[in-house]
Amino acid sequence: MAGGTRGPVPQPLQTEERNVTQDVLDLLDQKQPLQTSQDFPSIPQAEIKAALDRLASRSMVEYQAHDSEQVLLTKEAESIVAEGSHEYKVWKAVKDAGKVPIKEIANIVGAESAKVGQGNAFKNKWIKKDAESLVLVADSVQDATRDMLKGIQETKTLSDNKMLNELKKRKLVTLTKVIHYSVTKGPKYGKEMPVEVTDLTADMLASGAWETANFKPYNFNAKGAVQDAGSLHPLNKVRQEFRNVFFSQGFVEMPTNHYVDSGFWNFDALFVPQQHPARDVQDTFFISDPPKAEKPRADPITEATMDQMEAGSRKLFAKPDETGEKPKPRDFEKYWQNIQEVHQNGAFGSVGYRYPWSADECLRLVLRTHTTAVSTWVLHRLAENPRPARYFSIDRVFRNETVDATHLAEFHQIEGVIADFGLTLGGLMRFLEDFFSKMGLENLRFKPAYNPYTEPSMEIFGFHQGLNRWIEIGNSGLFRPEMLEPMGLPKDMRVYGFGLSLERPTMMKYGVNNIRELLGHKVDLTWIKEQPAVRLEKD
Amino acid sequence: MPTITVDKAALFKELEREYTTEEFDELCFEFGIELDEDTSQSTKPEDQAQPPQLKIEIPANRYDMLCFEGIALNLRVFLEKQQLPKWTLTPPKSGELETITVKEETTKIRPLISGVVLRNIKLTQERYDSFIALQDKLHQNLARQRTLVSIGTHDLDTIKGPFTYEALPPEDIKFIPLNQSKELNGKELMEFYDKDKHLGRYLHIIRDSPVYPVIYDSNRTVLSLPPIINGNHSKITLDTKNVLIEITALDKTKVEIVNHILVAMFAGYAESVEPIKIVSPHNNESREAPDLTPRQMQAEVDYLNQVTGLELGPDGIAKLLAKMGYEVSQSNSDKNLLDVAVPITRADVLHQADIMEDYAIAYGFNKLPRFYPNKSSAVAAPLPINKLADIVRLESASAGWIEVLPLILCSHEENFAWLNRKDDGKTAIKLANPKTAEYQLVRTSLLPGLLKTINSNRHHAVPIKIFEVSDVGYKDESAERKSRNERHFGAAIMGKTSGFEQVHGLLDRLMLMLRSKFVTREEGVKDPHMGGYWIEEVDDATFLQGHSAAIKINIYGKNHTIGVFGILHPSVLQKFELPYPVSTIEFNLEVFM
Repeated sequence: MAGGTRGPVPQPLQTEERNVTQDVLDLLDQKQPLQTSQDFPSIPQAEIKAALDRLASRSMVEYQAHDSEQVLLTKEAESIVAEGSHEYKVWKAVKDAGKVPIKEIANIVGAESAKVGQGNAFKNKWIKKDAESLVLVADSVQDATRDMLKGIQETKTLSDNKMLNELKKRKLVTLTKVIHYSVTKGPKYGKEMPVEVTDLTADMLASGAWETANFKPYNFNAKGAVQDAGSLHPLNKVRQEFRNVFFSQGFVEMPTNHYVDSGFWNFDALFVPQQHPARDVQDTFFISDPPKAEKPRADPITEATMDQMEAGSRKLFAKPDETGEKPKPRDFEKYWQNIQEVHQNGAFGSVGYRYPWSADECLRLVLRTHTTAVSTWVLHRLAENPRPARYFSIDRVFRNETVDATHLAEFHQIEGVIADFGLTLGGLMRFLEDFFSKMGLENLRFKPAYNPYTEPSMEIFGFHQGLNRWIEIGNSGLFRPEMLEPMGLPKDMRVYGFGLSLERPTMMKYGVNNIRELLGHKVDLTWIKEQPAVRLEKD
Repeated sequence: MPTITVDKAALFKELEREYTTEEFDELCFEFGIELDEDTSQSTKPEDQAQPPQLKIEIPANRYDMLCFEGIALNLRVFLEKQQLPKWTLTPPKSGELETITVKEETTKIRPLISGVVLRNIKLTQERYDSFIALQDKLHQNLARQRTLVSIGTHDLDTIKGPFTYEALPPEDIKFIPLNQSKELNGKELMEFYDKDKHLGRYLHIIRDSPVYPVIYDSNRTVLSLPPIINGNHSKITLDTKNVLIEITALDKTKVEIVNHILVAMFAGYAESVEPIKIVSPHNNESREAPDLTPRQMQAEVDYLNQVTGLELGPDGIAKLLAKMGYEVSQSNSDKNLLDVAVPITRADVLHQADIMEDYAIAYGFNKLPRFYPNKSSAVAAPLPINKLADIVRLESASAGWIEVLPLILCSHEENFAWLNRKDDGKTAIKLANPKTAEYQLVRTSLLPGLLKTINSNRHHAVPIKIFEVSDVGYKDESAERKSRNERHFGAAIMGKTSGFEQVHGLLDRLMLMLRSKFVTREEGVKDPHMGGYWIEEVDDATFLQGHSAAIKINIYGKNHTIGVFGILHPSVLQKFELPYPVSTIEFNLEVFM
């Protein structure tokens, strides 16, 4: 295993000049306790600490750390200790010359000393002014400033706090925190570091050397070796959690594996009028090539996939008298006409939107703006044999958005659909409470909202503990009769629909503020690797 | 969703009480509108400089709440402070209605017109501003930027009927536009407003038409050039007493919705609402407008109660629906039926489902009995292609590769030229209206996204090993939507050395997991039932020559080339700005279904 900061403790630090570990052992043999600040004044404490740790982990020494504050001299103070204080220098100059013109004093002692020193020398009554010159008053003086600083230099302390503050203000001393250690022999003290083996090897097992080997202690403060791990994308990890919730509730996954859909499936069949702003070029990506869709028709491949997925429930719920024959196939032409009728003239108990409906608009190809386009296809299929059913999908949808921190032209929609007879609005609320409780969200509230294909429509709000406020977590509703009855579904069959984006809960879960850091090519690979596993029920 | 700003003090005065921000927010929540902001809680100087405003988001179907008057009215009715007014028409004492005669030429450009007269209106600055703002909101939303419907308002005392609605060549229409001083003809007007920030965006609606719609009075004074601008002559002011509203349109339904909303919102300030006579025999649109009779619908008691989970009788239902503006009575013919008068403000009510929703709102969504009605169970199943993809995803991550999720949309050059690939015009699905060149087509390969991801992570220590399992899209003439998705696996490695063996090794690993064994080419070709895979050198401009291989597989006795791997050609590296050698692999997963 490698050395450095990971894995077992590294070998003692050896340099050509010194071997601190050995020095500590040597000195301890002569005296104890050692005071590192005094006994090894020239070695940085960090280096001492490393050596002591090495020895302590082998129980060869024991040590205690001491925090203390040291008073240190500044450069200016050090020169005072060497040459005397400013006032002393001024006094000395006057004493040496007998008399010094005031103009000259700066030339002799320097500008700084002349400025500070004259005043203090006057105050101390060492010199006085005589006309334009300085003359002596005291024959001999005690340089108290220098003596005090010299004392500090030796002891690195000063007990007079008032003076200490004064000196700090005059920038003569600074305070520094220091750690030093007092060291005593440990139970396994020896004069030398024993020979150690770093790891158990196959050879040692073979030779039996492991029995007498002196194993180097493991550094339990370091991290282990970095794993060359692959990883799944966090968004897909959250997606998998949602899929598991759906599977646990008996939902069948919908065939959302086509990005391009016709206006018919994406809008018209959902009773979204052709003049609806969502169908504007500002909001929806239209396809220029291929130029247009065909009218809705049978799709045997997807049909077979659905049959395969629903084989389980068909078997489970089959009654003995059922022949197993395929129910009456859908009439796509009738569906098309029904949709035209319900938009243009009203039908199925609806007055309709009453506008001239265009088949061309219906056949325009778009990048699907929601996976509800696929739910529509699946519900139309359900009309062949109307029965309680649950479907879900989590897949990519497209909006012609201006990209910013919360909007991308692509994102993932989570959608659930439940068809049954006699469904109630309160039942949808109850279901959603159960669904979101699996994500740790309790006590939902519902706000009336508008959506062209659900009535009633409800925005789902949950209380977010972290943000301490109600946040919108999804949309839901009962699909409109104008969407369901043209398919041939019976009037008393009602269908819940609910949806949310995959990105939003993921961003909240992982604390991501910019959607571009979550989806797309700008995502940081290190970030992908380091995101923890997702357990929606836990925070 | 439109956001309407209203004066807080004025609204609370209408609601006859003060609300804290939280209380008002709660009221909005229950009703289904949203309090966006209360500026009294704002710290911005511009907000503090004016009286507190409430910014309220209105759902897109509630055209009757796009102004102060509508919000106040609907909330007052909801709070049972009043009943929704019954709007009625009052013909003038003379019995002579104002008339608009429609010329047949208008069918070439904007065939429909409606209108109404508001008599003895009392305008204040606030009411005037609200009137203008409402027209603006209607133009933006319901009228789809004036394309479908546009509104003109006029001081009736400055003009003289009967009026005509005509369509004339632009040069023949001359008038002084609103708030201008110079007379312009239709053509000049287009040039004049071409750069106008506000009006410029509406010019396209008629600009290239040989005839422009125009409304004249009996003195040939131009009232307006819909849907662009009114004439200056008839503009309304705070002193205007009698307002003529004309509404031109392409959509028969929406023109009357707009008329209804304008009447409902502002009739309260007028003494009477006077119908006008439309003479339009060529398209059978001669009539008196507007018709203010509430729309009669029926709703089933059973249905309303079943869906909401409530058990109220007709009276109880009627009482709740009155809070939403409906007048409800039990039908004489059937005890289970309710006769519901839908007010003119509620064009969004299309079906008894809409009445049912309002019943639930009036009762309170959050007070509805919350229990699941059926004890049904269902059998779950994953989509087979997703299940297969998940297997490959998990195995790839287990093999030490990082999953990435680039975008589906990319630029044309990333998908083709940068990979040294040619667009044959038969493959890629192309977008008609992207906002940026980043989104020109649906990718036909996972490589652009993988390479862009590596590019964004150039600071990362090499080797970088990434993969993606996702869909690409192709044109497909045989499909209803003329296109199809295909699930692909793709991976890329960038390092100091090419990584060719790495992608090859990943292929071997995945094939092992997918129960496809490695065979020699000879075995594979000779025995079509072996079900194994082999690789063959292939000439592919994306890759360095001699360092790319086609992945071949036998499935049910048929040979398929499912993908290719190799060392990327240095010119590709250069295009994607990748500093080190990169090897990639991509293959179609659908063959393993």
